[in-house]
Amino acid sequence: MVKNKKSGILKLKKELPFHLMLLPGILITFIFSYIPMLGMKIAFQKFIPAKGLFGDQIWNGLDNFTYLINMPGAMTALKNTIIIAFWKIILGIIIPVIVALMLNEVRSSKLRRSVQTAIYLPYFLSWVIFAGILIDILSPSGGVVAQMLRVIGVDPPFFLGSNKLFQPTLIWTDIWKSFGFGTIVYLAAITGVDTSLYEAATMDGAGRLQKMWHITLPGIRMVVVLMSVLALGNVLNAGFDQVQNLISPQVYSSGDILDTFIYRIGLIDAQFGPATALGVFKSAVSCLFISVSYYVAYKFFDYRIF
Amino acid sequence: MKKSKSKIKTSAGSKIFTFINALILILLALICILPIINVLATSLSSNTAVAGGKVAFWPVEFSLESYKYVLGKTAFWRSMGVTILRCILGVSVNVFLCVISAYPLSKSNKRFHGRTAYTWFFFLTMLINGGLIPTFMTVKSAGLLGSIWALILPGAVPVFSVVLMLNFFRAVPEELEEAAIVDGASQWQILMKIFIPISKASMATVCLFAIVFHWNSWFDGIIYINTPAQYPLQSYLNTVLIDATTATSAIDMDALALISDRTIKCAQIFLSMLPIMAAYPFLQRYFVKGMTLGSVKG
Repeated sequence: MVKNKKSGILKLKKELPFHLMLLPGILITFIFSYIPMLGMKIAFQKFIPAKGLFGDQIWNGLDNFTYLINMPGAMTALKNTIIIAFWKIILGIIIPVIVALMLNEVRSSKLRRSVQTAIYLPYFLSWVIFAGILIDILSPSGGVVAQMLRVIGVDPPFFLGSNKLFQPTLIWTDIWKSFGFGTIVYLAAITGVDTSLYEAATMDGAGRLQKMWHITLPGIRMVVVLMSVLALGNVLNAGFDQVQNLISPQVYSSGDILDTFIYRIGLIDAQFGPATALGVFKSAVSCLFISVSYYVAYKFFDYRIF
Repeated sequence: MKKSKSKIKTSAGSKIFTFINALILILLALICILPIINVLATSLSSNTAVAGGKVAFWPVEFSLESYKYVLGKTAFWRSMGVTILRCILGVSVNVFLCVISAYPLSKSNKRFHGRTAYTWFFFLTMLINGGLIPTFMTVKSAGLLGSIWALILPGAVPVFSVVLMLNFFRAVPEELEEAAIVDGASQWQILMKIFIPISKASMATVCLFAIVFHWNSWFDGIIYINTPAQYPLQSYLNTVLIDATTATSAIDMDALALISDRTIKCAQIFLSMLPIMAAYPFLQRYFVKGMTLGSVKG
């Protein structure tokens, strides 16, 4: 008994520095992550901001949720979010995989490096700057894209102002900004493919396309599936930074997503209750999807975050 | 690597493939670079050339007026200053908290009994978040609205970087630490004198994540800083580049004769891109390393 107690104290003394090191991070995380989680109660209240986050508010059950269901803007935003996120996830996997396969076939290391440097670059620009560039080059009056389209005799459309084109524009410009960075992962995976397989295939007389199709692609299949599984956690994140910087009132019906909608009704119109309710819905769905995808990734691909 | 043995014979088909492949890739690279060149060319061209749609990828009627205008604007410099301050404070806080959180979490369960509980405490924040309004209310209740700390503290513990760092720490051989303990070193000394010096590569990665995060954030500036004069650069840019109503009113009439709204916007875009472009070679190298370290293991 005595010995046990003593070793417990000794253990605590030995581990005390660890606890102390974690203290600042724990405190800050508690304040800025856990208190907002508790703050999700606003979703079930007729919230009056002046009374404060933990003030004496009136509970109103699910009123905020039914209010949202009957609000056409909210349903449009949900629909747009799913469509936009779906395409971003699909193309955000396929295109980097293709580009990585192509880059892998480049023999000149100079060319390969220049291409890589160029395609990663847009990723590092903020969405404000990239959107600024897009607004300029896609402008139907004087943008460079319009100029080029006129040269080949096409009447330039208003990419950012038409409800028909806004969604594809969002999807493709997002891919434009991020595909280069996505290729990193797949290039890394390709370097892990067993080189003796290529040698054997060369012996058997396989061409380059055949090797690509029968060796490289199956070789990175696991990574591709893993990345897709992990990407599922983002079904309700269609990219707030991008959309908020490119949207304008005339394309709300095709481009408004949950996050921009929450921002507008919450912080601009000060409808805290409904905005939080929508946030809670989003968090719950995201949490479910992320948990499931991490679980699947762990179970089938032995992926561990820590 | 596997390129060398295809030296045997290059068939015509293979040559065509190589050519088309290179062509498409160069095209993709151009698609990523040309918009930036277009913005630079527009910013360096005269108002009339831009308005006439004559500028594509080379300046027409070279003019530095728009740069003179932007560089003479106090608002631009002030927001740049706020961003630099934010980066210095934010990156120090992020990296410090990342290291001192990752170190204990990298210990085995036997060495540090609270490990699992602490890890879950951090990990849960990746799964659930309070959302915009509750987070805003929390920052407001903490009395941080209008302060630069509102931009730093909510994201002070970068969980993703902590995970990256702790995985790196884990790879450090345990013998090093045991030897130091025998020599009477405390845990703090072991962290500072052994772990940090040998973790330069991942420290650099974590640093760069933090720099890019703080340099590129704009939304928190908009919602937490109530005086536009104290906006960080990206928030300021959001109001002048994106929010069209403020943009036109921001230009004084005298300046309009020589320069246009568009050349000014392009000059601002280019000037704000410069620091990131200058750091880009380092960014690229370490991010590639960090990404491959952090995302595909096993």
